[in-house]
Amino acid sequence: MKAYIGIDIGSISTKGVIIDGDANILAESYLWTEGDPIGAVKRVLKELEQKKPAGVQVKAVGTTGSARKLIGVVLGAQIVKNEITAHAVGTMSRVPDVRTILEIGGQDSKIILLKDGIVTDYAMNTICAAGTGSFLMSQAKRLGLAIEELGELALKSQSPTRIAARCTVFAESDLVHKAQIGHKKEDIVAGICNAVVNNYLNNVGKGKRVLAPAVFQGGVSKNVGVVRAFEQILGHKVYVDEFGHLMGCLGVAVLAKKSGKEADFDFGVQDISFVTRGRECERCPNNCEIISVYRGEELLDSWGNKCER
Amino acid sequence: MYKISFPHMGKYHVPIKRLMETLVGEYGEVFAAPPITKRTIEVGTKHSPEFVCIPFKYNLGNFIESLDLGANVLFHTSGDCRMGFYNEVQEQILRDLGYEFKLCILETNARNRSLRDFHAMFKNLNPRLTYAKTISAILLAMRIIFAMDKIEKYVRENIGFESQAGELEKIENEFLRNVAKVKNFLGVGAVYRKYIKRLRAVKLSKPEKPIKVGVVGELYVLMEPFSNYFIEKELAKYGIQVTRFIDVSYLLFSPKHKIKNLLKESDGYVSYEIGADGTDSVAKCVYFAKNGYDGIIHLKPFGCTPEVNSIPIVQRVSEDYEIPVLYFSFDSQTSETGVKTRLEAFYDMLEMKRGTQ
Repeated sequence: MKAYIGIDIGSISTKGVIIDGDANILAESYLWTEGDPIGAVKRVLKELEQKKPAGVQVKAVGTTGSARKLIGVVLGAQIVKNEITAHAVGTMSRVPDVRTILEIGGQDSKIILLKDGIVTDYAMNTICAAGTGSFLMSQAKRLGLAIEELGELALKSQSPTRIAARCTVFAESDLVHKAQIGHKKEDIVAGICNAVVNNYLNNVGKGKRVLAPAVFQGGVSKNVGVVRAFEQILGHKVYVDEFGHLMGCLGVAVLAKKSGKEADFDFGVQDISFVTRGRECERCPNNCEIISVYRGEELLDSWGNKCER
Repeated sequence: MYKISFPHMGKYHVPIKRLMETLVGEYGEVFAAPPITKRTIEVGTKHSPEFVCIPFKYNLGNFIESLDLGANVLFHTSGDCRMGFYNEVQEQILRDLGYEFKLCILETNARNRSLRDFHAMFKNLNPRLTYAKTISAILLAMRIIFAMDKIEKYVRENIGFESQAGELEKIENEFLRNVAKVKNFLGVGAVYRKYIKRLRAVKLSKPEKPIKVGVVGELYVLMEPFSNYFIEKELAKYGIQVTRFIDVSYLLFSPKHKIKNLLKESDGYVSYEIGADGTDSVAKCVYFAKNGYDGIIHLKPFGCTPEVNSIPIVQRVSEDYEIPVLYFSFDSQTSETGVKTRLEAFYDMLEMKRGTQ
């Protein structure tokens, strides 16, 4: 049977799927990137290889996420796509009539509006990391909680604490203050969830209409507290797919299949050593940072130059 | 001996240098600031207030690099927004850094600019300057600006479709080198005709209905490609036809840029001026929406008040006409990867839309 791999290498986590020709997920993997995208991809591939049903031959590979270019070169991917398109395609393969995709990841967040199966508008948070997963993570740590407990705890709250949502720095000092004057932990946690949603709608959504059906995905969608906050603030149901965290890699796997280019993929790539080397060009004051990728000693590709040199 | 220098904006150093050389004559030597590089923006940012907008930082970087090469007279322009006050702040910063120089301001606002002030400013540098010479130098510079803007417009609209990449740009650069050397008014016309002919002869493979995108926003980030991460070049790579109205001929001399006409063009979306190029952005978005463009890209420096004013209105135009708008805010910290990712997604979106129609 023909199959396709999609890999989404994000700043925090790396996700991979194997799908069949009808976009059914055959195998999946989800683990932390830990600042080493190549290593993370090797681990993802190992897991996919173990979970993959017998008799499946991978014909094409797609990469997305912030390390898509690097990993695309390493794996010889058929397609390298930005995460916005990948998420839209992935989500539509599961919820064809979706109108709004809300996505909050580890370090960025996006909103994608769709109509009749076409992306009509999108936005990505630009400068600030407020209202993203890493903010939740640092606040959970401050409260001495594991990130996984956060959502359940928030659901217990009857009256969420008001927390300044404009900026993480303000949110953080507000949170400390509220904790010290005696607010209950669950109320504070629920307050953080509301802050994340408000911040997202103000900074990323910026007046865009969130129409139903809305799908919420990205790592933060695993947090039931944030899901409830979204539903309360938007006033309609927000769907969370059990595979919500895999939409990026699912989408790019679908795109890899659609690319029409096929070549047998070899899982042996896990055992090859890839090295990246960065240097500054220094031939003019611009000092372009050039990144070169090597397989063993062989130069695969390099990028970063502004001029033709 | 004066050593005269000025900051960069796109390729306009060609006519500006020529203009100043004619006016200053044997009393000075004119050179444009060294080309903008990462170093320029680094030194500019280092000495700028943190929250000032990005054109300030580029200009300051240009000035410092010019001064380090020995410039002792600096030219700057006025502006319609807070940019109008920048030159005074920059002068103070540079003096505090220990530089000694004379700062001259070119008034660009049509309401305030006067030939007499302009002449007097240069007469100060060149006592032998006559009115006749000033006028002829201005006319020549205008003529060069008109010609180069027309050439650039042709290149911008076609660069995404050349069969052999880089050809149009090569001809444009040759044009700029030659137009800088013309003797008089008539010479500009001759050089222009020669090169527009050569440009038109370049083989293009343009689809019948290419994807068309209009760019609007603040003038500096629109016209200085380094500050917008060469966005027009990036768009061209996807085979997108780019239209932009703002260039120097349009801003300084076009009747279409008059506020009365802009308000009319914006068709009820704005009823009074919203500052600097904000009104223009709205008017042109309405134009692009009505004229079958696929999308609009709105550029501004981070914190640009006139453009922040325009955004909610542009958003309404976008909703009413169902035309997608991509917004960019540039600062010295902007990530280039972020810009590229958004552009790629924007292109995918426009293409998907096209595919289903």
